[in-house]
Amino acid sequence: MRLEKRAERSSTMALASPFIAIALTIVTAGLIFALRGNSPLQALYVYFIEPLTAIWSVEQLLVKASPLILIGAGLAVAYRANVWNIGAEGQLTAGAILAGAVPVFLPQWQSPLTLAAMMVLGIAGGMAWAAIPAFLRNRFSANEILTSLMLVYVSQLLLDYLVRGPWRDPQGFNFPKSVTFAEGQLLPYVTSGIHAGVLVTFVVALVLGYIVSRTVKGYEITVTGLSPRAARFSGFSQSRTILFCMMLSGGLAGLAGAFEISSVVGQLQPQVSPGYGFAAIIVAFLGRLNPVGAIIAGLLLALSYIGGEAVQTALQIPDKITRVIQGILLFYILACDTLINYRIVFSVPALARA
Amino acid sequence: MDIVLTLLTIIMTAATPLLLAALGEMVTERSGVLNLGVEGMMVMGAVAGFGGAYVTGNPWLGILTSILAGMLMSLLFGFLTLTLLANQVATGLALTLLGLGLSALIGESFVGQPGIKLPTLSGIDPLVPFSLVMVAAVSWFMFRTKMGLVIRAVGNSHTSAHALGYNVIGVRYLSVLFGGAMSGIAGGYLSLVYTPQWVENMTSGRGWIALALVVFASWLPFRILAGAYLFGTISILSFVLQAQGLGIPSQFLSSLPYLGTILALVVISGNKALTRRNTPASLGQPFVPDR
Repeated sequence: MRLEKRAERSSTMALASPFIAIALTIVTAGLIFALRGNSPLQALYVYFIEPLTAIWSVEQLLVKASPLILIGAGLAVAYRANVWNIGAEGQLTAGAILAGAVPVFLPQWQSPLTLAAMMVLGIAGGMAWAAIPAFLRNRFSANEILTSLMLVYVSQLLLDYLVRGPWRDPQGFNFPKSVTFAEGQLLPYVTSGIHAGVLVTFVVALVLGYIVSRTVKGYEITVTGLSPRAARFSGFSQSRTILFCMMLSGGLAGLAGAFEISSVVGQLQPQVSPGYGFAAIIVAFLGRLNPVGAIIAGLLLALSYIGGEAVQTALQIPDKITRVIQGILLFYILACDTLINYRIVFSVPALARA
Repeated sequence: MDIVLTLLTIIMTAATPLLLAALGEMVTERSGVLNLGVEGMMVMGAVAGFGGAYVTGNPWLGILTSILAGMLMSLLFGFLTLTLLANQVATGLALTLLGLGLSALIGESFVGQPGIKLPTLSGIDPLVPFSLVMVAAVSWFMFRTKMGLVIRAVGNSHTSAHALGYNVIGVRYLSVLFGGAMSGIAGGYLSLVYTPQWVENMTSGRGWIALALVVFASWLPFRILAGAYLFGTISILSFVLQAQGLGIPSQFLSSLPYLGTILALVVISGNKALTRRNTPASLGQPFVPDR
């Protein structure tokens, strides 16, 4: 068996590969369930199908998908330009901290402007946190993969310090939590289960999709990723692209953090996200580095979280299985993407035969 | 005098896992492959090491299982990047995500179980001198043997190495496997020596620090040694400062190694001449033999 380069990249495979990857992931998940002694079909049903059969769990799915799509769409743009921001989890945390400062310092402020201020601060927090690796890359050529990741730990420790120290709720019985946000500091709900942030997420992903495919900025980003030399000759500044991509993906991660604490979480606590910033990396790849694709991919990754909770309650399978399934999925996507540019040939190479 | 000795021992214990993982990754990167999955291989080494010792009752077998786990993970990485030509950055991230998830699932039943500590030889953890010997051995191998020269050639110009008749993919597989084995031991060190127990995510970013260390040391074994001990000192500094009771928040002290890593990267990457001289020229680029 060997790989043979296709004459041109197969657009059929580019579309088919995520679906092959999903199918392989489901088969592998079934194998893991079987190895654990569960009935694989029953477990797969509980994990992947059952959450889609009730309105409330579909609403849950959309709510969980929101941060994944928001962050994944931003990362998709960044990865297109070969800007490897892998610290979205830290930018989410930084956004949550700044947005959470509003209810912490002004617990009484509940005007229509309150939420707007929280969201703007969330974006600013994420942007500021992402600006650090961008600056260090542009000024000192420090690798943004490592610096953005290191900053995840720093932001989480900062949040931990705040909610255990100065920002702890004085009436909170010493629990490491901030004050519970007031009514006017929480996102409005459009249905009983879906908050306004979900709608914003879908709009943002669609707008980003438009920017990437239809504007000069999008073209600049794509060219910078495909051929930095060509981009330089076209007069596109690499450092400006790096800064733009980091700020965009960081800002969206920060907004996701602000959404989370002002809806699902409702206060600041040591952990504000179950690893959405890392799962969003998978969303970006599964969505073909396309912000619109990130919508579908985000829904699927959200299903992996909800399914994990479902098998834990229904079948006592530890929900740690979620992260395993997510990791396996990314592996299969990357492996299947080989088929876009190569075909598998099951024969002895011509040279060896001669 | 006793205090100096104690501090030195603590620094050595903190530096050793970084040193082991960074040495392995250095060889991998010298062959032109960037494996960002060190954290994932390390955490799998940690859970496999604990599990191996827990099941067999023998911590030495634990070390062996941690090596095997690291190698298996790196084999997966090698298959994707070397055989299927997948993007190395993305695959490395996938390896880390998978490793963190899989180790948490496997280690579910180990949480809270008493661990088995690797016995010391006349008061010294055997992996500490092992890591020091490995520095010398890797340095000798990479710069004084033909095989080391071949690895560096493959990493600097895979097309030339291929044209000279060297098996580029084969050399890279071996280098990736060595990196996996070393990350595996580093993980085993954490769960069998450093804190003999299993805690989820117990590597807490050490794999990433090891990756930064390779850059910081500009791919030279003895500089990795110096860098690892420098980092050991930083992480120990936080313990010392905490013991002094100066009222510095513990979270600030815990973030010192991460901030130190960023600082180290900035200092070294700003020095373009130094990094350019030693960076393997084919680092991160997939190799496709065209003939």
